[in-house]
Amino acid sequence: MQSSTGILRAAGVIPAVVAALFSMAVHSGSAVTPGSRAAGMEACVAPTAEIRRYHMDYLKHDRIKVVRDGVRGVKYSLAECVDCHAEQDGNGGYHPVNGDGQFCNKCHEYLAVSLTCFQCHSKKPEQKRSAASLSGEKNAGQSSLFGLLMKFDEAPALSAEEMAQLHAISRED
Amino acid sequence: MAGKKEQPQDIKRREFIGSTILAAGVATVAPGVLLTVANATSEDEGANSEIRWGMLIDSNKCVDNCTACVDACERENGIDLLRRPQGQGDEMWNAQRPQWIRKVKLRDRQTGEVTNLPMMCQHCEFPPCVDVCPTGASFKRADGIVLVDRHTCIGCRYCMMACPYKARSFVHQNVEQQTIRAPRGKGCVESCNLCIHRIDSGATTTACQDACEKDGHKAILFGDLKNPESELSKALQQKSSRQVRADLELNTGVRYTSL
Ligand code: HEC
Ligand code: HEC
Ligand code: HEC
Repeated sequence: MQSSTGILRAAGVIPAVVAALFSMAVHSGSAVTPGSRAAGMEACVAPTAEIRRYHMDYLKHDRIKVVRDGVRGVKYSLAECVDCHAEQDGNGGYHPVNGDGQFCNKCHEYLAVSLTCFQCHSKKPEQKRSAASLSGEKNAGQSSLFGLLMKFDEAPALSAEEMAQLHAISRED
Repeated sequence: MAGKKEQPQDIKRREFIGSTILAAGVATVAPGVLLTVANATSEDEGANSEIRWGMLIDSNKCVDNCTACVDACERENGIDLLRRPQGQGDEMWNAQRPQWIRKVKLRDRQTGEVTNLPMMCQHCEFPPCVDVCPTGASFKRADGIVLVDRHTCIGCRYCMMACPYKARSFVHQNVEQQTIRAPRGKGCVESCNLCIHRIDSGATTTACQDACEKDGHKAILFGDLKNPESELSKALQQKSSRQVRADLELNTGVRYTSL
């Protein structure tokens, strides 16, 4: 332990616990799941001790870079964590990376720190969209395409003047 | 509004063209700068304030009953993956489900003339959604794209009320199927982001533009408003274009011709 913060202690203890609980892990003493891309690799995007301790900060830092500043290809991309750390399910697919016993879940369940990220973010690496999702629930009748209260056959009737009011005048002198 | 009506539209347009040309002057002083601008959109450099992304939509070319742009948008941004909450009726679903671009149809009461146009976030220079956002989640990127940072959005929906274009939607349901390019989840507001994931990785068109072009209509043109050499700037110089609700002085990035 290089520091005595609670978080670090927790993060330090966890791999040990995890290693004990999941001794089938390829890297002993590692939370990395067998069958993930990471299992066949030497290192994470940062030194192991560092990523353990700081991944939450790094992720939050880099998501600001991506979303606010439009910087792509950041070092700590959530999509890439998932890419490396999701375990293959043996059917050409993947287990959700936050699923039971899966990589992001192992420590987090123990810590009772829930990962809300995957409410929005994909839990699996990019895959071709399945045929099922392509057809999807097709919009029932054309009217639904117009959504947001705009009915398909009912164009709102406007006078020429009202129409002109829609655009126009940007400045008064 | 009534009081502002007298202003001839052309003056407004000339002013706009005038300022575009002014911007052109600045940009052509150093042509090299433009080159870097073009590269800056891909990877690493991030959004660049020398660019302002915008669009020109020719409502004459927008065809009745065609929904190519809407469909393409929904596919591109994973909106078609959303499932209707169980037991929800058509009316509620149609009113509430997210939509980044929608077709609007107007009929002149006197002449009966029908105008079609796609309506989406207008990417205002002075966005009201940003003004009202209590958390700063609604923001305008350096390159003029107005979007929601859903990491800070608390779902209060003030921005939806503030938007004169009804361009924003709220995700009411849990999302089962996610995509990497367009994460979304229950409880946040979202809207057109000009296909930010494509633009940031160097693409020069949006999904709606591609779809419209593929169907042979070419009603949508995306580009850089600040670059006088862009196809968009050139089209704006040649055609008389308008901002919807220009009276609000929001200086929209999306403009319409033949409206
Ligand atoms: C290029 C593949 C790759 C990417 C991308 C990647 N990782 Fe890793 N990660 C690994 C490997 C390999 C290890 C195991 C390192 C070792 O054995 O010491 C690891 C280890 C870890 C550990 C330590 C596990 C333990 O046993 O304590 C954490 C935590 C971690 N990664 C989180 C992340 C996060 C968060 C991201 C996204 C920012 C990420 N990783 C991205 C490959 C990757
Ligand atoms: C309400 C939905 C939502 C939630 C919850 C959410 N995100 Fe995001 N996140 C987004 C959206 C939308 C983007 C923008 C994607 C884009 O433009 O490509 C994004 C982008 C990111 C990015 C940059 C893209 C990438 O994959 O690297 C990171 C990093 C990120 N989020 C991290 C997180 C983390 C960590 C959490 C959990 C603490 C989280 N997000 C929770 C919606 C969400
Ligand atoms: C080695 C154990 C371990 C692994 C594996 C792990 N985490 Fe963590 N994670 C932690 C610890 C410890 C914290 C800190 C909890 C705290 O500060 O309260 C944390 C916190 C976080 C946070 C901040 C949570 C919040 O609400 O503030 C995010 C985001 C996060 N982890 C993402 C991930 C992702 C994504 C993965 C899978 C790629 C992952 N973690 C895998 C141990 C781990």
